[in-house]
Amino acid sequence: MTTIDNGVNVQALLDAREVLKGAPEAAQFTWRANSKWTKGVHSTTTIEKFFGLGQEQTHKNETEFASDHPAVFAAEDNGITPIEYLLVGLAGCLTAGVASVAQNRGIQLRSVEATVEGNHDIRGILGADSDVRNGYNDIKVTFHIDADASKEEIEALVAQSQKRSAVFDALTNPTDVTVEVA
Amino acid sequence: MSAERVTTVVVGAGHAGLAASRFLTGRSIDHVVLERGEVANSWRRERWDSLRLLTPNWLNRLPGLPYTGPDPDGYLTSGEVVSLVEHFAAVNRAPVRTGTELTSLSRTDDGYHLVTGAGEIHARSVVLASGACNVPVTPAFAAAVPSPVRQLTPFTYRNPGQVPAGGVLVVGASATGVQIAAELQRSGRQVILSTGEHVRLPRLHRDRDVLWWMDASGVWDQRYDEVDDLTRARRLPSPQLVGGPKRETLDLNALTELGVELVGRWAAVRQESALFSGGLRNVCALADLKMNRLLTGFNQWAGITSPAEEIAPTRVPARTRLKLDLSSGEIGTIIWATGFRPDYRWLGVPVLDEKGRLRHEGGVVADSPGLYALGLPLLRRRRSTFLNGIEDDARFVVDHLAGRLPGGSEPAGRQ
Ligand SMILES: Cc1cc2nc3c(=O)[nH]c(=O)nc-3n(C[C@H](O)[C@H](O)[C@H](O)COP(=O)(O)OP(=O)(O)OC[C@H]3O[C@@H](n4cnc5c(N)ncnc54)[C@H](O)[C@@H]3O)c2cc1C
Repeated sequence: MTTIDNGVNVQALLDAREVLKGAPEAAQFTWRANSKWTKGVHSTTTIEKFFGLGQEQTHKNETEFASDHPAVFAAEDNGITPIEYLLVGLAGCLTAGVASVAQNRGIQLRSVEATVEGNHDIRGILGADSDVRNGYNDIKVTFHIDADASKEEIEALVAQSQKRSAVFDALTNPTDVTVEVA
Repeated sequence: MSAERVTTVVVGAGHAGLAASRFLTGRSIDHVVLERGEVANSWRRERWDSLRLLTPNWLNRLPGLPYTGPDPDGYLTSGEVVSLVEHFAAVNRAPVRTGTELTSLSRTDDGYHLVTGAGEIHARSVVLASGACNVPVTPAFAAAVPSPVRQLTPFTYRNPGQVPAGGVLVVGASATGVQIAAELQRSGRQVILSTGEHVRLPRLHRDRDVLWWMDASGVWDQRYDEVDDLTRARRLPSPQLVGGPKRETLDLNALTELGVELVGRWAAVRQESALFSGGLRNVCALADLKMNRLLTGFNQWAGITSPAEEIAPTRVPARTRLKLDLSSGEIGTIIWATGFRPDYRWLGVPVLDEKGRLRHEGGVVADSPGLYALGLPLLRRRRSTFLNGIEDDARFVVDHLAGRLPGGSEPAGRQ
């Protein structure tokens, strides 16, 4: 096979898959975020630690994410809207998937760009119409991919990436969410 | 307690167990075939009324029984399969003990101890041919479906007449699901079909049965040790195919045409509502891509470059329902076409994996010498999943079994 490099260590992932098949406990991860209200609808969320492979893990750096709302919501726009973070997650996840699957299939990528659009009827969150849901009505992702591959192969990359995507699954399937006051 | 002694016990008198019996007889290995019901029991008791095989007649060749009838391209009804399997048992004079259920199988120093409803048996070797589809599988959340909704499985569903008036939610779009969905929609019910990953195939490709291509091109010959992801390949859902005189394609587009409503994979029940995945478009894209790759492969194998008839991509509705209120009365019945699994409750030998699947190497249960399996999906080759695959599988397994018996193993006179 020609050596292609999308910068994904697929071998490590394949090895992990084999190991975790026999060790389901080690496969249990907990991702964590901590947020703090600033003022108005502005808050800051930091992410640094998570749990996985049976122990506490730490990202190389702590990252801060500001959430706010734009001026049209009469807010100060100190950061993106929380629901936009879902688009960040989806784009990041699907793109990572495309790169990994391409690496695994021996397809050299030159560029991968995605536009993610989430259609949102804000009458839901405003309580203006009880028939309108709060979240996105639908989301559309458009990929532009330049790679040494046929159109079908690229479509297959994108399809496989969705099939193995954590965020695609989290958005398209219900998740049990518990919110408590400690 | 004195147990009857036989060299080999075959469990199950479906075509698989009977094929094992044929080859055992061919090697003069004394054996019995235990059958809890009658010969071809699953075809008598576990199929809905209208079922026809999805494999054409010429392809249902059993060892020593090629199809010689007038309709090689036709598809047998369940009743006709019963006749075929009975005939197969008769011509091979298979030593079947009907009405004899195996209730426990355990290891002894020199073989296996079997407890049946009609006494105990000691055998040196055992061939498990008890079927891959003994129990319909339903998801755990089936228990959360509100009780006025009637729930059926492919084992309890017989025909539309038995289904109360009102909408029907069919869950699963493999062969079983698409066939039952089409039949119910044609009977005048509104059917909603919940669709996860599935295998789309046209009935015909370039005027030949698509399974002719599978067979001839060598796809069905692919061996278990050549398959990339064997676990996945063994779990592959059955293809969206139906057998019938018109040789029609029964894919999601055909169902949409009939008026069936498509929704995504059923993910959960919450507050008496079914919640469906929003990922239907992608499972359809995956199935379309896979089908096109397969058909392109057939063309390449045949050296045909002229374009084949274009198959329209699966038409996914612009919006699919994500939620269905199960207490609203819109749906009166749910049919779980969510697959089957074997039943190994009687198996007292530790040879199941963490998912309850039998660990075997192409039919040889390596962890327990003298134990063999037949009739499991992709047991040795892709064709093993179908009636067609049994000849090579049963021959291999019996050869292996014979090789372990004292005094070795020369086939007794071949007929
Ligand atoms: C709905 C459906 C449609 C199918 N359509 C096709 C098709 O079109 N073409 C095709 O090639 N294949 C088809 N198959 C796949 C396969 O051919 C059938 O499942 C076939 O019945 C398998 O034969 P078998 O001998 O392996 O098992 P079975 O036919 O299930 O036979 C197993 C036998 O073992 C007996 N048994 C089980 N447990 C015990 C026990 N503890 N003690 C004693 N006896 C026991 C059962 O009563 C049964 O008679 C279909 C399968 C299903 C479920």
